[in-house]
Amino acid sequence: MSAIVSLRKVSKRYQRGKQTVEVLHELDLEIAPGDFVALMGPSGSGKTTLLNLIGGLDRPTSGAIEVAGSRIDRLSGAALARWRARHIGFVFQFYNLMPMLSAARNVELPLLLTRLSRAQRQQHVAAALQLAGIADRARHKPAELSGGQAQRVAIARALVADPTLLVCDEPTGDLDRKSADEILQLLQELNRSQGKTIVLVTHDQKAADYARHILHLDKGQLVEAAAQAA
Amino acid sequence: MKFLPLVFAALARRKARSLFTWLAILAAFLLFGMLQGVNSAFDQAIERANVNRLIVTSNIALTEPLPYSYLSQIEAVPGVARVAHATWFGAYYQDPKNFVFAFPIDATREFEVFPERKVPPDQLQALIHTRTGAIIGAELARKYGWKIGDRVPLHSTIWTKADDGNSDWTFDIVGIYENPSDRSQENIFFFNYDYFDEARAFGKGTVGWYTVQVKDPRQSAQVAAAIDRLFANSPNETKTQTEKEFQQSFLKQIGDINFIVTRILFAVFFALLFATGSTMMQSVRERIPELAVLKTLGFTDGGVLLLVLGESALLCLAAAAAGLALAWLLFPLLKDTLGVVQMPLPVVIEGLAVAGTLALITGLPPALRAKRLSIVEALAGR
Repeated sequence: MSAIVSLRKVSKRYQRGKQTVEVLHELDLEIAPGDFVALMGPSGSGKTTLLNLIGGLDRPTSGAIEVAGSRIDRLSGAALARWRARHIGFVFQFYNLMPMLSAARNVELPLLLTRLSRAQRQQHVAAALQLAGIADRARHKPAELSGGQAQRVAIARALVADPTLLVCDEPTGDLDRKSADEILQLLQELNRSQGKTIVLVTHDQKAADYARHILHLDKGQLVEAAAQAA
Repeated sequence: MKFLPLVFAALARRKARSLFTWLAILAAFLLFGMLQGVNSAFDQAIERANVNRLIVTSNIALTEPLPYSYLSQIEAVPGVARVAHATWFGAYYQDPKNFVFAFPIDATREFEVFPERKVPPDQLQALIHTRTGAIIGAELARKYGWKIGDRVPLHSTIWTKADDGNSDWTFDIVGIYENPSDRSQENIFFFNYDYFDEARAFGKGTVGWYTVQVKDPRQSAQVAAAIDRLFANSPNETKTQTEKEFQQSFLKQIGDINFIVTRILFAVFFALLFATGSTMMQSVRERIPELAVLKTLGFTDGGVLLLVLGESALLCLAAAAAGLALAWLLFPLLKDTLGVVQMPLPVVIEGLAVAGTLALITGLPPALRAKRLSIVEALAGR
């Protein structure tokens, strides 16, 4: 089966004042469709940078990135934005919901970029909220939700446009253990029952244990890979 | 339209700040509507001026009277069709704030030279045959509830009567004229010059100005020059202008209204530019992570730019529309002063165009910032 995510000799360097910092060094990576991969590593190891490159939020300094059949390192800014809307669902550590919009309106955001009618959008939103187990809070604003509930809304938003890949950056980093487990179970369930490919960045070994594979990053390079029993 | 909730949500994020900015814009456009409305009303009055008519005044000052004897001499000038005359009466009804535009005239001549003022023939005859008669505009009649048959006292701030030294003059309303082409001109009080001239204590045998109807408007300049030549080197030299020139110079005596209005509005909008610009900049600065999230979800740089511009447009245009609507409602209150009953429509269009420009100028810098922001940097809080 061909990889859904394929990175070839990907390097990423940043300029910090007069200093050039290499965050990723000639990294190769392949992720198969339907996989659930956890990226682990110490702070500054390049996990989030790698996730941003896979999600099309950032561009490599060198190397090739192919995700969902597109060489995203070659796409223009607008084309990359459209590609993200079509293929990627993002889940952030701090949920990043729009504070003035209700949960349903937040979930609807990615659908505003589609040609769906209002009624169709509402149907999709209701389905995504149902799937994320937060349908009963559809009319609530983010400030009226607990951390776990807000993250469920963020997951519903990430799922609503049926993306090819879910990228999650420390999705449980702001949650208590119980809520974190619920969110991770939800992601695991989405991977198992819906076949969603998920890339998860985490510091937390317990969180990583929910993934099928764990990749360790250190100083911008993959150091080892482990397959999970799950 | 589907993005509208997003724009509203951005404005609702800081309700008090948005509200005060909205009110500031509303107040500025209320002022714009009223001032520019006055300006435009004057301009329209000038534009409406009849090309067939010339106004003959004293060369010294508009307030300087001219001899009544000039009438027949002006009539004899080649190219002159008809001549009417009028004199400033300076009147009010009961209270000085109830100002009335009143003029003693020659009834036959007046309504011939100003055919746009429509009066039934029997009422015109009644004025000619009633010494103390008066014909008033329909709007004036409506304002004070006057009707034909009423006896109306007017107090003149200039003219006293010879018999009792009193400045209170009594008139019998015998007719009501209409001016269908310009309802704002239905506020004048006309009465007989003969009665006025006989009764007044001073200034007898003089008129304020003459209105000359020319046979051919293309000959207006030659006729005007001929009239002024006729009275050159006399004790009462004349200055003859077209009706349009006369109205322009009359307004200039009040002041260069256009200049004043433009400068006031410039100052107001200059201040508003900073207030609105600062609100927009602050609003976008606070929402950098949210805008980055929108980009993450697939909103293009151009899409985010349009969202911020939409926010600025909604803020400016909604407030401007409310301010102009309020000005539209309040404008008729100036009717007594300006004689204009409605704010001219071009002022509304001009106002909305100014609001659009304001939205663009104040919205563009933050919109460009939003367009250029890097998702990674913004999400990392850098």
